[in-house]
Amino acid sequence: MFQAINSALDIALETDKTALVFGEDVAFGGVFRCSLGLREKYGAERVFNTPLCEQGIAGFGIGVAVTGATAIAEIQFADYIFPAFDQIVNEAAKYRYRSGNLFECGALTFRAPCAAVGHGACYHSQSVESYFAHTPGLKVVVPRGAYTAKGLLLSCIRDKDPCLFFEPKVLYRGATDDVPDGDYEIPIGKAEILVPGKDVTVVGWGTQIHVLREVAELAKEKLGVSCEVIDLMSILPWDEDLVIESVKKTGRILVAHEAQQTCGFGSEIVATIQRECFLHLEAPIMRVTGFDTPFPHVFEPFYLPTIWRCFEGIKKLMEY
Amino acid sequence: MATGMRKSRHIKIHVNGPKYSTAVPEAAGSTSYLTANRPTTEKLLFSTQYESPMPTYRVLSDCGTEILNPEVNYLVNKEHLEKMYKDMLTLNVMDQILYESQRQGRISFYMTNFGEEACQIGSAGALEPEDLIFAQYREAGVLLYRGYDLDMFMNQCYGNELDEGKGRQMPVHYGSKKLNFVTISSPLGTQLPQAVGAAYQFKISKQNRCVITYFGEGAASEGDAHAAFNFAATLDCPVIFFCRNNCYAISTPCYEQYRGDGIAGRGLGYGIPSIRVDGNDLLAVLHSTRKARDLAISENKPVLIEAMTYRIGHHSTSDDSSTYRSMDEVKEWNSHNHPINRFRNFLEFRGWWNEDMEKEWRSDARKKILKSFNAAEKKKKPAWKELFYDVYHDMPKHIQKQMHEMEEHLKNYGEHYPMKDYRNQS
Repeated sequence: MFQAINSALDIALETDKTALVFGEDVAFGGVFRCSLGLREKYGAERVFNTPLCEQGIAGFGIGVAVTGATAIAEIQFADYIFPAFDQIVNEAAKYRYRSGNLFECGALTFRAPCAAVGHGACYHSQSVESYFAHTPGLKVVVPRGAYTAKGLLLSCIRDKDPCLFFEPKVLYRGATDDVPDGDYEIPIGKAEILVPGKDVTVVGWGTQIHVLREVAELAKEKLGVSCEVIDLMSILPWDEDLVIESVKKTGRILVAHEAQQTCGFGSEIVATIQRECFLHLEAPIMRVTGFDTPFPHVFEPFYLPTIWRCFEGIKKLMEY
Repeated sequence: MATGMRKSRHIKIHVNGPKYSTAVPEAAGSTSYLTANRPTTEKLLFSTQYESPMPTYRVLSDCGTEILNPEVNYLVNKEHLEKMYKDMLTLNVMDQILYESQRQGRISFYMTNFGEEACQIGSAGALEPEDLIFAQYREAGVLLYRGYDLDMFMNQCYGNELDEGKGRQMPVHYGSKKLNFVTISSPLGTQLPQAVGAAYQFKISKQNRCVITYFGEGAASEGDAHAAFNFAATLDCPVIFFCRNNCYAISTPCYEQYRGDGIAGRGLGYGIPSIRVDGNDLLAVLHSTRKARDLAISENKPVLIEAMTYRIGHHSTSDDSSTYRSMDEVKEWNSHNHPINRFRNFLEFRGWWNEDMEKEWRSDARKKILKSFNAAEKKKKPAWKELFYDVYHDMPKHIQKQMHEMEEHLKNYGEHYPMKDYRNQS
């Protein structure tokens, strides 16, 4: 997946002469190799290191975008995006609205590695999407692999609103799919049905999608249950219609994410589905998520919404 | 204020302090910054100063009649100086009227610029119209100098249907695309790293423009100020940091804000050429800002200007400053070192201004402002649906849905809402 992201950045720099790539340690290729070779190809003025200061990176990026140029900022880990929270939430998200559309920073994209990696503990594992999903004016996107990463990142970079692009870091080397060399985009705000099914709708994003695919197979094999697996991809705005339609068909839904449960984005999905699909629901909506604790080091196997916790969730939905 | 030291009579942008130098690698890949050219010492010494306090640059003598640095003469142009003086007066009159109108409950909030007129208009007078401005909130004079219409000030404060900001922000949060004045926001210091990003873009696209960003000495304590200074220096950005040091951040006096040599004293630590100027001396502000602009653009460097002034008015209409400072102190600044009086003396001494002109301009300004004010007050607010637009470039489905829900709600409950004050939905 890191090569697909590199390819998206390459295309963005090639096709848009105003585009800049910057952040901590991006010049030598980035700590995850996502910007490898770009400085050599496009020059030190367009691909450069910044001082180590996330609020500065965010504010600087907004300033670049206010002039109309394309700013692609990297935050080294999503865990470290919080120093930039004020710039992102109070500034970037509200720029167009508060100025009556006189000024905007739509040409701004933040990329940040997110989610569990096996041993990342408290500050190299967090899934922070729901903090930003509560902020009108932002778009929040999480790809599940190399193909979606490239298409969605190019969409984010070219979108007319500020975007947060969270890259599940365990997939950088873990996810390898066929990725077209050329330029292509995947629309923001659209989900995708990966596995069609009729008994339970199963919704997730990012790394969790790979867990859910295995759960679907397990459920079929052990319970004879047909799961419809949906990758949400866009958290804000999210594809309500596709999920609603699926739940109206299946009558049951399980939402799974790595982030903590309370006020996680799953809660938003639950509330919407409850309102829109009340008469179709055969069982209470199930959430399988990280626990309401910080992300632990040695306990990671017990913290995550594993295949077996999700399987158990499907079983309960069917037995209800 | 002005020290009267010999040095203060000459403009000097401190590039490298006498006991301090920044070691910057000659070229990418050089490792000279790691070890080379670093002097050693056997003496144990915790440094506390390089040149402290940094002197305050001034041009006008105390009474305002004399020019202390003849180098400034190239900027002494009668028409230009007269325009700047008139703008200071207009700003002062507008502040009085809008402050009173808030007291009468006609607008919800206001912040005056009393005492800081020269900081704003002197610096604005040194810039070119294409230079981009990021302000804090006490810089209405900069916008006025650039030609922002009186009606537009009033429309914004009323949030009426003619407000370009569509009534979404509090009063005094002005912005103008046409005049290159980025819309003001309330969070302090956030505009500083943004200004740096914009300046970087100007540099690499070779636009020959600079960015100026204004902030108070209180905002300079925010983390974003640190971020901005450091990014501007390391990324070589043509940006002028203009700090209005007016001694107070709401109730907090500057001795509770910092313990170093003000804000200018920090510049050198970041490798930024820095200067402290008398903010009540229009010519000193004009001259230093002009030189800063030249330096920023010709060398792609940030420059820091700390303008020493005094906040004569309350922090805002929500503040009563008599609870934390003596009114004698305010009176002292209002009567003895007021930027408008000082500059008026300068103009009068040259026969460029007199009492009659003063009276006439103030009275005309008052009439114009009241006319704009009354017109703005009579206008309707924007259509209520404007609440939902411009959150995104295109309105997403979920917001459309919420807008329609509100529309349905108003069909049934409209009489409980102030519909008549808002423009009809088109």
